[in-house]
Amino acid sequence: MKFLFNLSFRYKIPLWGSLLIVTATLAVSAALMAQAYDDLRIDLESSSASLGRTLSKTLFSAMIQQEVWQAFAIIRAPLHEKPGDNPFQPEMILALDQQQRVFVSSHPKAVPMLTDLHQLGDEFASLAQRIAASPDPDAPIVTYSGAQRIYVGVPVAEEGARLGTLVVINSKDVFLPRFRAIAWRSALIGLLVLAVLLPINWYWGQRTVVPLVHLARGIGAVAHRVPPELPLETYAYRDELGQLFEAYGLMVKALQERVLLEQEVIRSERLAMAGKLSAGVAHEINNPLGGMLVALANFKRRYGDDERAQKTVAILERGLTQIRETVSAMLVDAKVKGRNLAPHDLEDVRLLLTGEALHETVAIDIECSLTEPVALPATQVRQILMNLLLNAIHASPSSTKVSCRVYCADGQLRIETSNAGKAINADLMDHLFEPFASDKDEGHGLGLWVTYQIVTQLGGQIAAASQDGLTQFRVTLPIGESHA
Amino acid sequence: MTLIKLTRILGVLAALLAFAAAAADDRAQPIRVGLTPTFPHDQYRPLESWRLYMERKLQRPVEFVRRDRYIETMDMLRLKKLDFAWICDYPYVQFRKQVRLMAVPVYKGRPYYRSYLIVPATDKSTTSIAQLRNKVFAYTDPYSNTGFLSPRAQLQEAGEDPARFFRNTFFAWSHRRVIESVATGLADGGAVSSHVWDTLSIGKPELMAGVRVASEGSEYGFAPFVARHGVGDQVYRDMQKVLLEMKTDEEGKALLRVLNLDGFIAGDPRVYESTARLIRAVGEK
Repeated sequence: MKFLFNLSFRYKIPLWGSLLIVTATLAVSAALMAQAYDDLRIDLESSSASLGRTLSKTLFSAMIQQEVWQAFAIIRAPLHEKPGDNPFQPEMILALDQQQRVFVSSHPKAVPMLTDLHQLGDEFASLAQRIAASPDPDAPIVTYSGAQRIYVGVPVAEEGARLGTLVVINSKDVFLPRFRAIAWRSALIGLLVLAVLLPINWYWGQRTVVPLVHLARGIGAVAHRVPPELPLETYAYRDELGQLFEAYGLMVKALQERVLLEQEVIRSERLAMAGKLSAGVAHEINNPLGGMLVALANFKRRYGDDERAQKTVAILERGLTQIRETVSAMLVDAKVKGRNLAPHDLEDVRLLLTGEALHETVAIDIECSLTEPVALPATQVRQILMNLLLNAIHASPSSTKVSCRVYCADGQLRIETSNAGKAINADLMDHLFEPFASDKDEGHGLGLWVTYQIVTQLGGQIAAASQDGLTQFRVTLPIGESHA
Repeated sequence: MTLIKLTRILGVLAALLAFAAAAADDRAQPIRVGLTPTFPHDQYRPLESWRLYMERKLQRPVEFVRRDRYIETMDMLRLKKLDFAWICDYPYVQFRKQVRLMAVPVYKGRPYYRSYLIVPATDKSTTSIAQLRNKVFAYTDPYSNTGFLSPRAQLQEAGEDPARFFRNTFFAWSHRRVIESVATGLADGGAVSSHVWDTLSIGKPELMAGVRVASEGSEYGFAPFVARHGVGDQVYRDMQKVLLEMKTDEEGKALLRVLNLDGFIAGDPRVYESTARLIRAVGEK
């Protein structure tokens, strides 16, 4: 039994539905049959009573004259049809005298003349009791339904004298063919109803259940991963199931946001860590490096004649200079005060990049809607622009265009760059703003990191989006007070 | 004088005319023939042919008047409501003074018939009426010989009192109904005319399958055709001639076949001596 309850709703709903339909059909059929039985019994009783009243009138004169044959002919008259042709044709008719003995019966072989009613079995005995209970000439018609037969007793009386009782007996067997007919009809109607309702039931069950199954699978996966969003058309109604779907959608969204947030937090923390670490290391290197470069300059001045020494010093100097460049690149300090960003800065950036762009055969389109200086440090913004556009130029295939839009909105300066070329892979995307993260062979991989550091220090945000054919960077920087 | 003669002649002529008119009027009056259950008198179509046959032969209308009870037919004869009747031998002998014997049917070559004691076919043991003590018995008619008088006489011969011997008795008012009573089980036994039995055995074999003859009684004169006293001699002779000559023409023969008779012979009261003896023996009336 439990097996049944463990079944998927996919089967359970149609099965239960079918069971309900079958039960309902059976119940309605049973009710119809019970109704038919009652109707038939009542009809039978009233038709027997009517027959009895008609016969008893003529029977009276036959009985009072002791005309057995005439009485026999009277009670035989209604039995002319073949049994089964007319369900209301009585099985037997008896004329009883005052002592409940058979004056004459329609079937003398079964019930001979002068038989005492009590000798004919229990049903006849209780019928005799009922008749004896009301012996008056104007006694009501006695109706008695036995196990096999229905008895209707009509007094044979006239003008206050009662000669006996006419008993009309109907067999309940006549109900059987009627019942069979009704059962057939009920079965046919039931089958028709089933034929119509079952497919609807299955369809409705599937409609309800398929979304439920998706939902169950989705929720079941929550423990392991963020479940997929269900397509909107899975269940587009506003009932409880629909509400469940809505709640599920909200839950999935919240989970996705949480995961994104977690990733963002981790990334930010990582970047902050890297920033701190690199700044610390850079400081530690920068201090002795300055000393070393000063010492080298002194050494050059003092021993500048020795050619071999000069060569060695030059090697050292180049090496240390490279170290200083790298370290200073890592030592981003956006808090350095400078002048405000002015529209001509963008012209400068375009000029500075023109050579590189020509070299790479890439077009540059810088669209700037600034008309007056903006309260943001010009140097840093220029560096952001330079870094992003240089990257874009390098990533672009030849004969494509690098676009850049700079504009102010909602108290923010927005920079959007885009270039063609293959997408940044997802793995790299995750670590895009970390130092030395690069898929290029040349460069130290600090460009985006530095950009990120500057943006972060200016209180702004940077985001990258990349798909096949288009890579975009969006930078927003809150415009502060004037940097005069 | 001449005038007186003429008046006389005219008077005679008028009387003659009146007589002729009366005679013609008499011939327009139908002859009324009473039929009783002494033979199966309830078969309409063959009897209608017989009536038409009589009308043609007699050249005047014939009416058949059917009554179940012999006594009613006897009353109608007495009250001149019938001219002729085919009755049972018992009322004929009993009311001999009121009627005139006209013709006797011939059956199996003789003007006699018997009483058959019949019982249900399921009753294999009964061979005598004396074995039916405390049973239900169906008589035909209190004025029937074969269906009443004869079986009672047999009981008396056996030393029984017919009034108490049976548990219950009733009159079915025809031989055919006695057979039906026994066949349906309404009665355990009954008495019928051998002629009706034989006739119905041919015509209604399904009814007869439920009954058998347990014993046969003695011979009595066949139920006769009688005329009421007062029927004109001419009509009497005409009617008698019609009956007696039935066996001579084809149509008559066909009707006799239906009636299951050989023919009719002129009535001879000696045929009924056995019936008279029986009545005396039983002491009824």
